[in-house]
Amino acid sequence: MVRLVSIGLTVFFMCGLFPPVAAAERLRLATTTSTEVSGLLAELLPPFEQANDCKVDVIAVGTGKALKLGESGDVDVVLVHARSQEDKFMADGYGSDRRDLMYNDFVLLGPPHDPAGALDTSDLAEAMSKIASSKVSFVSRGDESGTHVRELQLWQAAGLVPQGDWYLEAGRGMGEVIIMANERQGYTLSDRGTYLAFKDTVDLKRVVAGDERLFNPYGVIMVNPARHPHVKKDLARKFLDFLTSEEGQGLINGFKMAKEQLFYTH
Amino acid sequence: MNYLSDSLLAAVALILSFDREVQLAVWTSLYTAAVAIVIAATLGVPIGLWLGLKRFSGRRVLITLLNTLMAMPTVVIGLVLFGLFSRQGPLGELGLLFTPVAMIAGQTVLAIPIVANYVLACVNGADQRVIDTARTLGATQFQASIQLIKEIRFGVMAALIAGFGRVIGEVGVAMMLGGNIRGSTRTMTTAIALETSKGEFVFGLSLGLVLLCVALIVNLFLNMLQQR
Repeated sequence: MVRLVSIGLTVFFMCGLFPPVAAAERLRLATTTSTEVSGLLAELLPPFEQANDCKVDVIAVGTGKALKLGESGDVDVVLVHARSQEDKFMADGYGSDRRDLMYNDFVLLGPPHDPAGALDTSDLAEAMSKIASSKVSFVSRGDESGTHVRELQLWQAAGLVPQGDWYLEAGRGMGEVIIMANERQGYTLSDRGTYLAFKDTVDLKRVVAGDERLFNPYGVIMVNPARHPHVKKDLARKFLDFLTSEEGQGLINGFKMAKEQLFYTH
Repeated sequence: MNYLSDSLLAAVALILSFDREVQLAVWTSLYTAAVAIVIAATLGVPIGLWLGLKRFSGRRVLITLLNTLMAMPTVVIGLVLFGLFSRQGPLGELGLLFTPVAMIAGQTVLAIPIVANYVLACVNGADQRVIDTARTLGATQFQASIQLIKEIRFGVMAALIAGFGRVIGEVGVAMMLGGNIRGSTRTMTTAIALETSKGEFVFGLSLGLVLLCVALIVNLFLNMLQQR
């Protein structure tokens, strides 16, 4: 009996060493959480994987960390949304090919009774300074994600340095931050996709949307093979070609979440 | 209340539906934890025996160190091994980061102090005359140690169960070193973290219940072995 069990266990472990998924060529993609959590990549990747007999491994992290993984060569492609950091990434020679992929916008969210009175204004900078002067909680990502970078730019545009008891740096993902803002009945900045995912579970409302400073472009960058020779440059280039092809762009435009189009192509 | 009962129903539905992604996550959790615990046992049991049986200067220091390692946060283990496995790190050439192998390595490091500490406690509590008796009967030191392990087998089993429980329920190492890749390194715990960040609380909690069921089955199995 003991022998039987140990044989069984051995077989079990041996099987474990060979994952059940057939090992085709693998492309590593570090991306911002919004593209994975929204379900866009689940639509976008399978046609590419089938056409090229490969598997795209998605590592969903914040923009800051995704770029770091690109810098250290731990991934082949990064898909992020913080143009200033992307440009720096390219200028420092970490990327070899950057393309505009798609865009949508950020939304400023707040409680429905709008304690800061930010709803009355259509000017974003004014809304931000009203929130700051009302001392109603503002939950910040605080994690160097693309959304966090943009939020800091917005404070700067309003001529403010956010600090004090009301400014909460959560250091967590977008979804958790929306929940926190909801629980504290405070304000926060979110990408549109994550907001749509949470729209029915929280009662936060869009305070300001449509301001051009909320424009949220996504770029896709191939990690520089000259710096990291192990980068799968042929497959990575094919991936960039696919994303920017008519087929890829069509899939992005056709992707809907809660009956709303989530990403737009240029 | 609705939220909890909904989760329970969703968990039952999830188990009955045999969803392929859930199956894969359960499988990844199980085999990484199992391989990690086997490696941790082959290293941790001898360490525990050695610290329990030998008397040498610095032993107390080592034991204290081992106890402290039990408190090591999983994220720190993840960070250290991340530096090791990253392309920029000393083992970068192997390209192991974001593979199950990296996860197993992290979970092994996590489990070794637990296994060693449990075994050490058993050895301290065991009747050490077993060793002397075996030696006078002509056994080598190694054979005598085997005899002692047989004597404290329940304790060793408890060590493995504790280590397994810690490893299969942790999220820091799996997330940092595995990367939560769908169909490859997504475990039960990282799947729960992902569903939570999506706002799918019911689904997340039901995955948690599935994880508990899996742990229950494993423990029932080990319990059965112990009874024999």
